[in-house]
Amino acid sequence: MRRAGTWPSPTLVLSLVRLLVVISAWGTAGAGAAASTAPARNAGALVLRHSERSLYRQVLVYEDSKSRCLCFTKLCAIGRQSCMDMTQPERLVFNYTRMMLGALFLNPEPHDVLIIGLGGGTLPRALARLLPQAQMDLVEIDPAVVRVAGDYFGFHASERLRVATEDGRAFVRRAERGGRHYDLIMLDAYDHQYIPEHLLTAEFLGEVRALLQPGGVLAANTFSSSRLYDNESVTYHKVFGEFYNLRGGNRVILTRLGGLPALAVVQGNAAHFAASFQPFGFAPTELLDLFSTRPDWNETARVLTDQYSPANLLNAR
Amino acid sequence: MYRTLLYVEAGWSGCFVMGLELLGGRLLAPYFGSSIYVWGAIITVFMLALSVGYLLGGYWSRHDPSLRRLSALLLVAGACAAPIMLYGDALLDWLASHFGDPRAGSLSAAVLLFSVPTVVSGMVSPYAVRLLVADREGAGAVAGRLYFVSTFGSAAGTLLTSFYLVLYFEVNQILWAMVALSTALGAVGWGAVSRPRQESRL
Repeated sequence: MRRAGTWPSPTLVLSLVRLLVVISAWGTAGAGAAASTAPARNAGALVLRHSERSLYRQVLVYEDSKSRCLCFTKLCAIGRQSCMDMTQPERLVFNYTRMMLGALFLNPEPHDVLIIGLGGGTLPRALARLLPQAQMDLVEIDPAVVRVAGDYFGFHASERLRVATEDGRAFVRRAERGGRHYDLIMLDAYDHQYIPEHLLTAEFLGEVRALLQPGGVLAANTFSSSRLYDNESVTYHKVFGEFYNLRGGNRVILTRLGGLPALAVVQGNAAHFAASFQPFGFAPTELLDLFSTRPDWNETARVLTDQYSPANLLNAR
Repeated sequence: MYRTLLYVEAGWSGCFVMGLELLGGRLLAPYFGSSIYVWGAIITVFMLALSVGYLLGGYWSRHDPSLRRLSALLLVAGACAAPIMLYGDALLDWLASHFGDPRAGSLSAAVLLFSVPTVVSGMVSPYAVRLLVADREGAGAVAGRLYFVSTFGSAAGTLLTSFYLVLYFEVNQILWAMVALSTALGAVGWGAVSRPRQESRL
């Protein structure tokens, strides 16, 4: 056989298989924003304000008579990433964003803040209002989300609010090498459709921990249901030790480097925010009942690591 | 038996490549993230390596082809994957600290870690065509069957790895198992008695 005349094309067939892989990777690789479990209340009344296909997903902005929401699925079918009350833009619509502010009860005056996952920019806007002196780094993987947060949700980057458009893990590694430290780190990169698995491993949390100042606080908006809840809990516990576990729709994990403050201290700090939380539409003391340290998970579950991180498969079970 | 073994080796090579590609994404993610650039880099490198492998496999099949030599490809591919587990982390750590850009970093990481075993795996199918084709008339059918087996193996490797294996095993455990299977299959082919030369010749 001088020449194999059969040869233009295992490449073609194989590239189809690969195309499938790349498409699924596009759909899923590294969600940038967290979401609420609550489905859209009244899908029929939603008006589409903006739609664009980003590198990772469809980015949609819907409006009803009261609020404007960022969604990654048509008619917000699989939940809303971020919502803004049009009549009271400061009001925190989602319970999870309120719970995330509970981080301030562990350390009321963070100066350097890192937030991974931008969404509509709700958390940085609220924190910028509460902490006028704070310096914030925001990391979002999807450039379209950054644009939409600016165009539709009143989020604007500045000297004090620096946005890095890249993968959260890559940012954290570089920050660690650069010797940076933060007083408060918020992880808001999971959503119920997809969890970036490399952002839910003991190694990643260890890198995050290394970025915290002594007394620094970590707040994580997590999105686990079913089996993953156990794995996620033991992984956070292994890296950070005891944490406050706030469950209200989502689950928010709050922990502090150097040990949790006693509940009395938490209550004292919460009271301190009574006035400043008013524009957000809730009283800080409403959160206090949620502060629990009781492990309500299977403590023998397998810790998630870079070598073992089937978070999405576990979440589907 | 001889023919079956050839098809099994071609199917396994497809499976091996896709398993490696999927797990490669996991290995790179802690260092470069899993942004679209990282996946783009990995897929580019695998496609390039396969294309080079097809070319080399075709050329090499012209020089005294045998099942034994084909099986040697599996042994070599397995051996070339071992450094991924042995030195991968050290290399990735070094690359991540020297490349600020995730595109350059993940491209060079994928080239260094995955290109050699993938080139060698890509050589298997065209080489097997040479061993299986008996006459010009049947050449297309043989090539079609080999593409089928090898791409079906790729699909199986993708599904098995991403849906099941990662749920039970660590990434390196899966990779070592893949190396072991390549070695075992290669050893079986190496030891098997090759068919008389004139039958495998045009």
